[in-house]
Amino acid sequence: MKASTATSAVIRASALCHSYGKGSMRRRVLQGIDVEIQPGEVVLLTGPSGCGKTTLLTLIGALRSVQEGQLDVLGVPLRGANAGQRRRVRERIGMIFQGHNLLRCLTAEQNVQMGADLLPGRSYDARRGLAREWLRAVGLGDQLRKLPHDLSGGQKQRVAIARALAAQPELLLADEPTAALDGRTGREVVELLRRLAREQGCGVLMVTHDPRILDVADRLLEMEDGLMQEVSVLQKTAG
Amino acid sequence: MSWSFWQSRRVPLAWLLLSRQPVRLLIALAGISFAGILMFMQLGFRDGLFDASVTIHRLFNADLVLMSPRSMSSISMSGFPERRLIQSLADDAVESITPVHWNFVLWRNPETRKTRSILALGFEPDDGLFISPMVAEQSHLLRQKGRVLFDELSRPEFGPVAERFNAGKVVETEVAGQRVRVSGLVRLGPSFGADGNLITSRETFRSLLPNTPRGSIEIGLIRLKSGSDPERVSERLQGQLPADVKVFTKQDFIEFEKNYWRSSTAIGFIFTLGAAMGFVVGCVIVYQILYGDVSDHLPEYATLMAMGYRLRELLGVVAREGLLLAIIGYLPAYAAGEGLYALIRSSTKLPVSMAPERALLVFSMVLVMCLGSAMLAMRKLADADPADIF
Repeated sequence: MKASTATSAVIRASALCHSYGKGSMRRRVLQGIDVEIQPGEVVLLTGPSGCGKTTLLTLIGALRSVQEGQLDVLGVPLRGANAGQRRRVRERIGMIFQGHNLLRCLTAEQNVQMGADLLPGRSYDARRGLAREWLRAVGLGDQLRKLPHDLSGGQKQRVAIARALAAQPELLLADEPTAALDGRTGREVVELLRRLAREQGCGVLMVTHDPRILDVADRLLEMEDGLMQEVSVLQKTAG
Repeated sequence: MSWSFWQSRRVPLAWLLLSRQPVRLLIALAGISFAGILMFMQLGFRDGLFDASVTIHRLFNADLVLMSPRSMSSISMSGFPERRLIQSLADDAVESITPVHWNFVLWRNPETRKTRSILALGFEPDDGLFISPMVAEQSHLLRQKGRVLFDELSRPEFGPVAERFNAGKVVETEVAGQRVRVSGLVRLGPSFGADGNLITSRETFRSLLPNTPRGSIEIGLIRLKSGSDPERVSERLQGQLPADVKVFTKQDFIEFEKNYWRSSTAIGFIFTLGAAMGFVVGCVIVYQILYGDVSDHLPEYATLMAMGYRLRELLGVVAREGLLLAIIGYLPAYAAGEGLYALIRSSTKLPVSMAPERALLVFSMVLVMCLGSAMLAMRKLADADPADIF
């Protein structure tokens, strides 16, 4: 570990920069991000489109190599990490996408088990049981055998949440999970996500444009032109 | 242990990817089966040809065979001096000999009056000719001139000889312009070279083919005393006899004939090429199917990589898809192959059957086809960039 004080933070970025393109086409998307997220915190990230939110999310999700600055995720320095090291970090992170990204040919139960199958040393039956448990936890205990095709948008996103949590992640990253949902469903999904993440003691970083769900956050961050600012530390009680 | 292995399994993604897209699966299976059937057909024809070319050769009761060095195959036999065969009797190991005439004559179909080339074998009725006793039992009938034994397995174009004979009728027809009577039936089988066979005495043979030089025969059968080594006697005789005759062991005699069809004609090449075409067509179809499958599911593969799945595990999914396609596609091809072989047997009388080696060979080809195509399709997986899916 780089610094012993950093071990407790799930995400710790300092002076993180990222650019796309080469030569004169080079465009800097992140201009030095400093942010720290503690375990169990639910943090919402907002900002206009094109401000670099998604880039930051892919860097934290160990899906891209870090170019400049420091980024430690779950205690692992990602600067200079190779593909194998980044994959091992990804195993510990749950991801929820804008589109649900479920596997079309798998039932809800099998989709969730794809998450549970990543857990080492558990029998097939145990992993299947885990998948059922998580589907019950997101309120889809009676839809186990349905294909994504036969589920509504909100149900699909709930399956995606169950899949992310079934791998027992230490950090959840979500990219506009409510974008494809109507207001009420979106609100339900986000509240479910927050409650389950809390129960697992798992940190959540959620990118969103949806103003109706801002109040579920412990902290609210805003990005603009590749820079990060803390909006406020919300004082609220878990509901 | 097997239980723990079973319990370590995961969601059978490869199988689900295939089975939940039934149309794509059906197209893939149709393509693979088609390729498999094509390979079965072509290789079956090829092997059947080689086997059929030696139907008669196998039947001869001989340890060694003398042939002219100018004889290239059963369809172009040259004569050699019969003296050479008699000379071989000087060797202590030689038990008995049979001089045999071998040539093609025109047989007139007794019903349609059309003529067709048939293979005629001429021998002394008292000599041994075939291993099975079917000729020896009837050979006394040939002592009368103008009598032949007809091969009832000959192609039907020679006329309803066996039916008429079995019905008790006298079957007479014209062979090489002369009247002959069928005095018995034998079961030999046609080959690629000869559509039918007849056996007769040397005397009748010479009257059918008066141009056959006196003292010249096409084949000399030599039977050895028990306990002799055919290989060594063959070498010894070849050393003693002049160069106007070649000595073969029976196995070499069979191989010599097969080798003619294999190398001196394009037939073996054509059928092997046909099988290769089936292989290539199958490869293209399986590659198209798997490539399309990987392309369609690219975002899903990227999602799995983002979840922490190894690229190796995803490559394994594609490889297993290939393996499953190979196994499921092979079964109908095997069944169709069996059916088609039966059809060939009944319509062409060629000895084609599902030899285990060929069944295994075609399965290996199908396996290579599917796994090779899967490996090519895997290159598409490199395009699955988990960073693109957010």
